[in-house]
Amino acid sequence: MKFLPLVWRSLWRRKVRTTFTLLSIFIAFLLFGVLMTIRSTFSMGVDLAGLDRLMVIHKISIIMPLPVSYQAQLRSVPGVETVTHNTWFGGVYQDPTNFFSTIATEPEPYFSMYPEIHIPPEQMKAWAADKQGAVVGVDLAKRFGWKVGDRVPLKGTIYRKKNGSDAWEFNIVGLYDGEPGVDKTGFFFRYDYLDEARGPGTGAGTVGWYVVKIKDASKSKEMASTFDSMFANSSSETNTTTEKGFIDGFAKQVGDIGSIMIAILVAVLFTILLVVGNTMAQAVRERTSELAVLKTLGFSNGLILTLVLAESMFVAVVGGGLGLFVAWAIVSRGDPTGGLLTPFVLPQRDLLVGIGLIAAVGVAAGLMPATGAMRIKITDALRKA
Amino acid sequence: MSFFTQVFAVSWLSLRTIPQRLGSSAVAVVGIAGVVIVFVAVLSMAQGFYAAMTAAGSPDRAIVMRSGADDEMTSGIGGPEADIIKQAPGLRHEGALPLAAAELFVLIDLPKLSTGTPANVPMRGVDPASFGVREEAKLVEGRMLRFGTNEVVVGRAAARSYAGLTVGSEIKAGQNSWLVVGMFESRGSVAETEIWCDARFLQGAYRRGNSFQSVRARLESPQTYGQFKDWLTSNPQLNVSVRPELEYYMAQSVTLTRLIRSVGFAIALLMGIGAVFGAILTMYTAVSTRTREIATLRALGFNTASVLVSVLAESFGLAALGGALGGLIAYVGFNGYQTSTMNWQSFSQVAFAFAVTPGLLAQGLGYALVMGLIGGLLPAVRAARLPISSALREL
Repeated sequence: MKFLPLVWRSLWRRKVRTTFTLLSIFIAFLLFGVLMTIRSTFSMGVDLAGLDRLMVIHKISIIMPLPVSYQAQLRSVPGVETVTHNTWFGGVYQDPTNFFSTIATEPEPYFSMYPEIHIPPEQMKAWAADKQGAVVGVDLAKRFGWKVGDRVPLKGTIYRKKNGSDAWEFNIVGLYDGEPGVDKTGFFFRYDYLDEARGPGTGAGTVGWYVVKIKDASKSKEMASTFDSMFANSSSETNTTTEKGFIDGFAKQVGDIGSIMIAILVAVLFTILLVVGNTMAQAVRERTSELAVLKTLGFSNGLILTLVLAESMFVAVVGGGLGLFVAWAIVSRGDPTGGLLTPFVLPQRDLLVGIGLIAAVGVAAGLMPATGAMRIKITDALRKA
Repeated sequence: MSFFTQVFAVSWLSLRTIPQRLGSSAVAVVGIAGVVIVFVAVLSMAQGFYAAMTAAGSPDRAIVMRSGADDEMTSGIGGPEADIIKQAPGLRHEGALPLAAAELFVLIDLPKLSTGTPANVPMRGVDPASFGVREEAKLVEGRMLRFGTNEVVVGRAAARSYAGLTVGSEIKAGQNSWLVVGMFESRGSVAETEIWCDARFLQGAYRRGNSFQSVRARLESPQTYGQFKDWLTSNPQLNVSVRPELEYYMAQSVTLTRLIRSVGFAIALLMGIGAVFGAILTMYTAVSTRTREIATLRALGFNTASVLVSVLAESFGLAALGGALGGLIAYVGFNGYQTSTMNWQSFSQVAFAFAVTPGLLAQGLGYALVMGLIGGLLPAVRAARLPISSALREL
């Protein structure tokens, strides 16, 4: 402890260098935090997907509808807990580029199947009483300034009403929030509203896909093949996957874009850290003769190693820690693009990786020159000056 | 010595002595090169996607969809309506046949070769006029599909990206199967990600009755667009919207292009700040190692401006080197790289190639120079302000 002032002094003997080294590390780790957030966005919250929820979609493509009668058939299979369905509505608010997902579903049991989504019980009650009611994610509500009680018109790009109009009106009856990683930009409304109001020839009596909650997650494979064989050779064959598998597949469709971006950035990030580490190492190397003097004064090898490491660790921990913290603070303020990047969270695992990386940079930058300084003969080092 | 000769002489001196400061100069060069790589590579992805989408459009074509529909996927046009549309004025004709094609646009799940997971591959039901409408589509392997059968021709990018699309193979989809008889190319556009089959046959397979999703029209010239559009939109039997094809594809690419661009710019900005810190560090080191040299020059009568400019020139030189290096790496590493993603407007797959354009390279280099300028500014001022007498005494 008594050597702290010594560490402090040697740290600031070149103020400019230390300051900018600190700043560079700060930026590097800020970037790291932001990158990992974007990476998790591209994996689309797959970490949250339940293994006990199965998606039953049309075998040819998810755009093909399934008969609503499948619900009762699915429900009768032993091992099935709840069955509900979703229908993609493709609603547009004001401008087609204001993209968000609009889904017609059954409020109950859909929301109770997703315990990670939180919605006040009285809003669920209000929804049950209002056929034109809709529940939206808090992020989406923030984006358009919607409040409970607002009447929101959406243009139906797929479905028209019986009178031929494509203007659909909804009452916002509730806002849902959720655990980190939940997509809070969704727009949900009642399927019975859609099914009763939609015009002829738009698939009355059909739904988009089914979500099935099973009692035993370990049986998901068997259950999936049971479902698919039930509807085999019918006019609407199905393909069942776990929700996790489905989202994973969906993320893979977006594909390389995310992974390529991340790969480039990670490569560059490591180069920057390498360069910064080199600068820090250089700062120690310059002082070899000084370290030799310390050794002459009787400082042990171990103590010198500790002093040098303390110095490099200080820079890494302060710069990197601050960077990670600021990244975390930015991310927790929410998605800056207004809904394009969702979910927008910095996963805890990546935070831990970041902390590990900070320690690695600190040690690597200090260790090599410090061991060099430790091994050097005092006489040689002093002569160098 | 004139002012400019002085400036030139001192700048040349500092540039020539860079090799003596290789280690610290590398910090600036590598930092800036890294930023330029990321900047150019990420934007070239957006550029490539945009290019693939817009290459599918032609100024003398228009797309007719149900009014209110923003893309083919959600549009719907009945068979009788399609027949009316084909009678519109302003259309180009091939003999007696109007060059307007009533088409269907659906998705089919096929495994992506790179991951083995299912992907939404777009399948287009075409009519005999479709190939006349799209002159750029050329068969490169096999033969043309025969109408009235389950034969299909596949785009080159689709054949490369998804399983089971080689000429001669059979695609199973539910209770239908399709026979691949040919492969076509189309200026590297999004059309090459599609599978084309007979629209009539697809109507049966997807239970679409006698309905289509869009009519693709080839006009006599881009000038007849107004005439064509007015006739359709004022026809009481029709409820359709007409758009120039180019505009349609541009709108289709907006969401993803904007997402990639904004992520790219944000990251490049953040990294740029980091690189500027690196450059400042490098230039301060350069100035401090040359303290005596600079002081000597000043003692000899060189003015402060020439010292200032020389430091900036060095910083500029390093930045230019970093920018060029980064641009080169981005070009070699990414130009033409084939990938595919999902288009958010229609949830269908789009295969495209990264496009590192000269414009992007110039932007990257420009950004590098800006970073160099900012990075060199403070150290340059410091060098110019060095007190001669004490600086000469420094080690």
